[in-house]
Amino acid sequence: MLAYVLRRLISIPFLLLGVASVSFLLSQMTKGDPLAALVPERMMSNPEIVETVKAQWGLDQPLPIRYLRYLGNLVQGDLGTSFATRRPVATDIAERLPATLELVIAAMIIGTAMGLTLGLLSARFRGSAFDSIARIFALIGSSLPIFWSGLILLYVLSVRLAIVPGTGRLPPRIAPPPHHTGFYTVDALIAGDLSLFVQALTHLALPAFVLGWAVTGIITRLVRSSIVEGLSLDYARTARAKGAPERVVLVRHALPNALIPLLTILGFTFAYLITGAVLTEAIFSWPGIGSYAVRAAGALDYPAIGGVTIVGSVAFLLANLLTDIAYAWANPRIKVH
Amino acid sequence: MSAPLLSLKDLRIAFPDGDGGMAEGLRGVDLSLDPGEVLGIVGESGSGKSIAMMALLQLLPDSARVSGSARFKGQELIGMAGPRIRRIRGKSIGCIFQDPLSAFNPVLRIGDQVAEAILLHDSSRSRRDAMKAVEGLFERVAIPQPARRLRQYPHEFSGGMRQRAMIAMALANSPELLIADEPTTALDVTVQAQILDLLRDLRRDLGIGMVLITHDLGVVAGIADKIAVMYGGRIVERGATDPVFYETAHPYTAGLIGAVPDIEGTGALRQIEGTPPSIFTRPGGCSFHPRCTRAQAICAQEDPALAEVGNTDCACHFPLIATRTEVAE
Ligand SMILES: Nc1ncnc2c1ncn2[C@@H]1O[C@H](COP(=O)(O)OP(=O)(O)OP(=O)(O)O)[C@@H](O)[C@H]1O
Ligand SMILES: [Mg+2]
Repeated sequence: MLAYVLRRLISIPFLLLGVASVSFLLSQMTKGDPLAALVPERMMSNPEIVETVKAQWGLDQPLPIRYLRYLGNLVQGDLGTSFATRRPVATDIAERLPATLELVIAAMIIGTAMGLTLGLLSARFRGSAFDSIARIFALIGSSLPIFWSGLILLYVLSVRLAIVPGTGRLPPRIAPPPHHTGFYTVDALIAGDLSLFVQALTHLALPAFVLGWAVTGIITRLVRSSIVEGLSLDYARTARAKGAPERVVLVRHALPNALIPLLTILGFTFAYLITGAVLTEAIFSWPGIGSYAVRAAGALDYPAIGGVTIVGSVAFLLANLLTDIAYAWANPRIKVH
Repeated sequence: MSAPLLSLKDLRIAFPDGDGGMAEGLRGVDLSLDPGEVLGIVGESGSGKSIAMMALLQLLPDSARVSGSARFKGQELIGMAGPRIRRIRGKSIGCIFQDPLSAFNPVLRIGDQVAEAILLHDSSRSRRDAMKAVEGLFERVAIPQPARRLRQYPHEFSGGMRQRAMIAMALANSPELLIADEPTTALDVTVQAQILDLLRDLRRDLGIGMVLITHDLGVVAGIADKIAVMYGGRIVERGATDPVFYETAHPYTAGLIGAVPDIEGTGALRQIEGTPPSIFTRPGGCSFHPRCTRAQAICAQEDPALAEVGNTDCACHFPLIATRTEVAE
């Protein structure tokens, strides 16, 4: 198992090299001129200034040199300097990553919890009114675009009903807790500040729900169908023949078997959540990687775009690795070599 | 005479046929079993052996319609309320199934699955205590290194060991009746013999009543007190083991005996021609008549009733008055 994990870990840098190369080349092929982001419009006519800026950012070098330089920096953990913020991209990302992770993890928890509960109950009461309602709820979540469900819920719950606070991670002018993990909820607890924790949590709730709702459908469907299938298998009959009530057959026997396929789609779900986070962050003014990426794309800020791509890929590869490990752990029949 | 351990009266099972109608899987079965007795139920695939036993434990899908009576120690099982039947399942009646690999939950440890049988019926016992009991059960069914085996998963057991564990699970609460549905069909021949020996020992030591389902008459020959031969959802011949073998009345039973490989191992198997009918396409009259060498016109029209013929009960218009000598040698 350990050897397997190591082998997978070793493969990650090579995959990243591919990702970095593709993203670098794509950025070179786009039509937009990054100089527009660097040189104020009225100075564009001054060739001296243009040349100086080009040299300063290394844009005067031929493509292969720029490529090698980019990779060389990358190996040292240097993602370049953002054209827009004029700060190292790595610093920008490190600052914003916790906000995104907090959002995505909360969404994952909400989506999985809702999907498991709905899937379990609809399998237990299949064919009932509850089954239909759960199906519709799940279907809406996975078919409504996030910007749509996000805006509607924000408008109804926050603007009209004022049940939840508005956008952002905290109310305006409230200072974040001292930095430990970068997760405001966790840091507030570490600081022992309960009211701050509640504020962070209520701000997190709606965007995390919107994002989690989007993956509830696929999880519900999967859990329901695996459990319904499990209930018809021989081991379920054995459990009933032992005298187990249907609830026990479901929870103790069918559910653990349903977790195995669930784990395999969670990795996929995570990738979906990362992309979905871009939209959610934009709608909820969430200061994470997603809103950073949106801004960078608008400004042709190539170093920032490249940095976000690489961080996203790392997250995706790690999530997949974790999924595989969890899968092997949950399934005693798999012996990974 | 004490009350029978199990008695079935006119047990009928129908399944929806997909066209809004019902097809009869079991067409009126009468059987009885005394405490400590072993009953062999024999018949080809689809004859209704399994559904008959599943019906009395209410383990058939909800779509199945069951009627008639099945009494266990005098209590009616058909239509018994959920909580009451659950106290009988696994406690008074233990079950063993054909394929011990799929019958175990693949993601739970065998020891936990066997212990569950105990804990479900006695919530006052601790898990540790139940595990100790499981170790004892494993010893009883001759699983080597029980303490280590407890912690393994089903796929780490061999087929024979899994079936032993299955038997241990069925015996966990010292049931009075053990239903074994083709317990050896999925196993190698040598392992089959070992499992049958184990069942024979249990029967001798525990005095437990057994229903042994099989499509191989040879399997029940050495262990059953009585035999019911099923075909097309009914019993076609029923009687004590010896008369069924040596004073066979039904041509179908005779055919099954012919299908038992002979001792000399010449490989000469006498098979019955054709295949058994499905419940949806069962022929009228005696459902065996299309495959029967003795069939006459009446066989296609009238389904013969089960009646005493010689020393067995037989449902046939033209029973054999044959002895074992004429049939097999
Ligand atoms: N849920 C069901 N729906 C419809 N028909 C069924 C159902 N369960 C069983 N049957 C039918 O009932 C008949 C008897 O089935 P049963 O399982 O009792 O056969 P069996 O004698 O045990 O045969 P085998 O040796 O294959 O186990 C079969 O023809 C089968 O197709
Ligand atoms: Mg069967």
